[in-house]
Amino acid sequence: MGSEYLLETHSLSKEFRGFVAVNDVSLRVKRGSIHALIGPNGAGKTTVFNLITKFLPPTSGKIFFDGIDITREKPAQTARRGVIRSFQISAVFPHLTVLENVRIGLQRSLGTSFHFWKSEKTLDVLNDRAMELLEAVDLASFAFVTTVELPYGRKRALEIATTLAMDPELMLLDEPTQGMGHEDVGRIVELIRKVSANRTVLMVEHNLSVVATLSDTITVMQRGSILAEGPYIEVSKNPQVLEAYVGTADE
Amino acid sequence: MPPLKMNAVAWGLLVVAGLAAPFLVYPVFAMKILCLALFACAFNLLLGYTGLLSFGHAAFLGTAGYVTGHTVKVLGFQPEIGILAGTATAAALGYVIGSLAIRRSGIYFAMITLALAQMVYFMSLQMPFTGGEDGLQGVPRGKLFGMIDLLHPLYMYYFVFAIFLPGFWVIYRTIHSPFGQVLKAIRENEPRAISLGYDVEKYKLTAFVLSAALSGLAGATKTLVFQLASLTDVHWHMSGEVVLMTLLGGMGTVFGPIVGAIVVVSLQNYGANIGEWVIVITGTIFVICVLAFRRGIVGELAILFKR
Repeated sequence: MGSEYLLETHSLSKEFRGFVAVNDVSLRVKRGSIHALIGPNGAGKTTVFNLITKFLPPTSGKIFFDGIDITREKPAQTARRGVIRSFQISAVFPHLTVLENVRIGLQRSLGTSFHFWKSEKTLDVLNDRAMELLEAVDLASFAFVTTVELPYGRKRALEIATTLAMDPELMLLDEPTQGMGHEDVGRIVELIRKVSANRTVLMVEHNLSVVATLSDTITVMQRGSILAEGPYIEVSKNPQVLEAYVGTADE
Repeated sequence: MPPLKMNAVAWGLLVVAGLAAPFLVYPVFAMKILCLALFACAFNLLLGYTGLLSFGHAAFLGTAGYVTGHTVKVLGFQPEIGILAGTATAAALGYVIGSLAIRRSGIYFAMITLALAQMVYFMSLQMPFTGGEDGLQGVPRGKLFGMIDLLHPLYMYYFVFAIFLPGFWVIYRTIHSPFGQVLKAIRENEPRAISLGYDVEKYKLTAFVLSAALSGLAGATKTLVFQLASLTDVHWHMSGEVVLMTLLGGMGTVFGPIVGAIVVVSLQNYGANIGEWVIVITGTIFVICVLAFRRGIVGELAILFKR
């Protein structure tokens, strides 16, 4: 058992040719909590995600996961530590079946992923576990459907099932309800609540009602920096935050 | 028909057609098809199943040809040793070219493979052991395991078929293996594969080396068939031709490249008497295929059968 915080960033910054996308962000995500990252467009939320998951190298600052400095790791290496992200656009493998999608998340544990001489039938031992995960997200009846044929909301659910297959300690969800209808939003919110038991979740989300229902802590970002941090009730009354939000809403 | 049953039927057809071919068509023609079909299938492993467009695959086909030719003709080894040497060299070359090229993706990947393959071409043109413009002529087919005289067209044909089948089976198995699943995942969504903890570069490189080695196997065999290793097989035309065969037959289908190779080689062979026009005809077919049948011949047929 490490410290109280599962993920910490120390003055994380990212510059793109002089443009400062992320400026001196020190984020602390409590173990077992749901932590939301909100802010107007262009505030640098997704860049923070890309930095934490190592898809982008930071210009300066450090990242600690479970007390270990992961600043210089490769993205796949960090993923194997149990930091699994989702993407803004639904991240599925469209021309594989739903079951195969989840199995990709599971199969690395078999240690046969380089075995090109083995039959893919050797992966069938994973099917039970895969079906369990699909049931958890209400997709069991779609197991043998080619993923490209799923409706959008179902694809996002599949993405969560695949992420769960990795048994991640920290799930990073990038706008999980973006582009969804009302019904789907409700389902995904329930799903996130369900899967966040015993896990830590950091999510970027625009839908404030989703943020209000789910998150324990909220960090508000603006122009690459942290504007405010705290529980929803506190943050939603912060005059600076109100200005940032109302200000952009007026434009 | 379910896809598994369809595959079984296709395998049956392949074996029967392969066994009967030398009695139906000119054996050298059939052997040329087998060599280029294996080449196209090896290429398809990269393009169709990993999503990597290599535009320098002739380098592996041609280099293996030269090495096999040299091993058999100059060093006097038996044909099976020659083929092994050619294949191993192609694999090693694949490791070098692959390591450099997979650092980039998309069009840049294609350009790097093309540039490196051009270097191989110019080296083949200049170096003494390749015979330059003349190539290596009169490569002896020799005796297989010191016993079977490969100058006999039928023996040679079945020897080539006995190379083709396991070569093709390796590709088939790779596609349907745990490794193949990861390759498809990379093809479908590379960032997602990374975020699931896969070191995609290692997978791409492994696929690249496999593809290069099997292309080399095809080139080595081709050299024995024609008793010739020449610049044609390292020229970028050949790299283009393999793209053509794969797209025509059906990229990302198991049997498509074989069909593509049959069509292209037949056109070249039977169209030879109409001269340059064969290039125009091949081009027209290619354009029609790209515009109307994107999935290629086998890809479109598979959709038809599913209905």
